[in-house]
Amino acid sequence: MSNISPIRNTDIEELERIAKRIRYNIVKMIGLAKSGHPGGSLSATDIIVALYYKIMNHDPKNPNKKDRDIFVLSKGHACPALYAVLAELGYFDKEELWRLRKVGALLQGHPSISIPGVEASTGSLGQGFSVAVGIALGCRLDKLNNWVYVLLGDGECQEGQVWEAAMAAYHYKLDNLIGFVDRNRLQIDGCTEDVMSLGDLKEKFRAFGWDVFEIDGHNFKEIIDTVNRAKSLKNGKPKMIIANTVKGKGVSFMEGNVGFHGKAPNEEQLERALKELS
Amino acid sequence: MRYKLGEKKGMRVAYGETLVKLGKELPNLVVLDADLSGSTKTAMFAKAFPDRFFNVGIAEQNMMGMAAGLAITGKIVFASSFAMFATGRAWEQIRNSIAYPNLNVKIVATHSGITVGEDGATHQMTEDIAIMRCIPNMRVISPTDYYETKSVIEWCAKNEGPVYVRMPRRDTETVFSSEEEAKFQFGKGRILEDGSDLTIVATGEMVPEAIKALELLKEDGIEAQLISMATIKPIDEDLIVNSTNDLIVSIEDHNIVGGLGSAIGEIIADHGLKKRLLRIGVRDVFGISGSATDLLRYYGLDGESIYRRILEEIKNK
Ligand SMILES: Cc1ncc(C[n+]2csc(CCOP(=O)(O)OP(=O)(O)O)c2C)c(N)n1
Repeated sequence: MSNISPIRNTDIEELERIAKRIRYNIVKMIGLAKSGHPGGSLSATDIIVALYYKIMNHDPKNPNKKDRDIFVLSKGHACPALYAVLAELGYFDKEELWRLRKVGALLQGHPSISIPGVEASTGSLGQGFSVAVGIALGCRLDKLNNWVYVLLGDGECQEGQVWEAAMAAYHYKLDNLIGFVDRNRLQIDGCTEDVMSLGDLKEKFRAFGWDVFEIDGHNFKEIIDTVNRAKSLKNGKPKMIIANTVKGKGVSFMEGNVGFHGKAPNEEQLERALKELS
Repeated sequence: MRYKLGEKKGMRVAYGETLVKLGKELPNLVVLDADLSGSTKTAMFAKAFPDRFFNVGIAEQNMMGMAAGLAITGKIVFASSFAMFATGRAWEQIRNSIAYPNLNVKIVATHSGITVGEDGATHQMTEDIAIMRCIPNMRVISPTDYYETKSVIEWCAKNEGPVYVRMPRRDTETVFSSEEEAKFQFGKGRILEDGSDLTIVATGEMVPEAIKALELLKEDGIEAQLISMATIKPIDEDLIVNSTNDLIVSIEDHNIVGGLGSAIGEIIADHGLKKRLLRIGVRDVFGISGSATDLLRYYGLDGESIYRRILEEIKNK
């Protein structure tokens, strides 16, 4: 089991530096690919960075070690953030990032289990959550003391399968499962509450039997403290962290801009974005 | 005739019995069901191994996702429901969460075809072969009888990767007399009878009906070769290519669009074979309520109807 030591200010500064670099690489790889999903990648970046750099027990040199913590990116379209982190940590050659989405490239448009460090093939929204529940159940059967993390989009929570999975995680008492909802309040066609109201997601998950927390998903101290708190509650309940975030976080003209959900920056925008992230 | 029809026995019972046997041998075998464990017979496993059985409730999509997750942690996973809900409701979960990452999940469904009977069209799955065989990495098996089912399930447990197995609700006549005789060979069709006038290719519960038709044809002096095609994907191309008969008749309790007949048609087209193909099955319509026996007659899938249809085809040549 990984033990998280209390965070120091210097740790947080370091994580912020890393996150900025990851954001730079996300925007660059999507710009070079001329396609991809910058908005949801940038809103999820801090959560993924906190998990891989501070929270999870994992080893890039031994990616299949049995007792590792496992992360499933259920909102698979945000994979540039995951890829950038995995590359930086040495799961594969960083040069791969610049070949994203090209024929014959390692890095597929959505996460594939064939990529080192990627634990589940996702991209069809709703499905990764069930897979994570299955993984958590499998780890429980193997009597492992590891943790399974899963990251959902808020729009993704409109999928019925999400609630089937939520029911099952509670039923099987999977307190080794910690979920995040990237609550950036946008999906493709607009605001979540305009497209299909999610209402109080906290109450919804609570009603499904989960322990629920709400945080600022761009505040490393809150992310880490909350995961620690969730881990300390070995009460048979799965945990869900509703993380309030900003879609496009870190690039001024992408922030809160639904137009950058699934659109790559053009050359001029790329240059501007990279300058902001340098 | 090399094989004799025996008493009626349930393929799904063979499934349940084999799961229990395998459960003893394979500690990493787990079974999922979606509130149909009594019908699919996974309840037999649940009783023997309650810690390795998971009833996920009426939630087939989540069942397939959880099956994928369990396979990622190294489990041999069997996931069962009725053919309609296992493959229909959860098609995209099977495609994206299981088949694309090529995970070790066996989707074993019961209640295939119109012989589901009284429950009617919403429960009569006549498109499952079509929608499973078009998925890359997926293998499709339709066992012939009780004994072969045992061997098929054992093969599934001991070979990596995704498989879809379809079985009927009703008990059907055994074609083989023991498990040894029925030993399943993946990807190989089985010649049950030689004949030089035509070739009949039947799958699953249609094999006993094909045998009945073949006996009637024999009385008329018509000699049919009979192939039991348990593996529908990858299909045994050689058997079709090497058949010397001009007329091939496919028989399936499935829509003639996309099923066994279509798969054979693809072989004929691919190899430019000069053969006629008569596809006997459900002719692109939905099912209706009725007893299995009455429905077989209604859809022309009982031995007698198959016999008459083949005679007609031969006369009209
Ligand atoms: C099942 C499914 N339906 C539709 C899509 C297309 N799609 C990709 S991203 C997206 C919006 C996702 O919104 P959200 O979950 O809020 O993600 P975020 O805003 O964080 O990017 C949609 C509809 C999909 N990938 N999967």
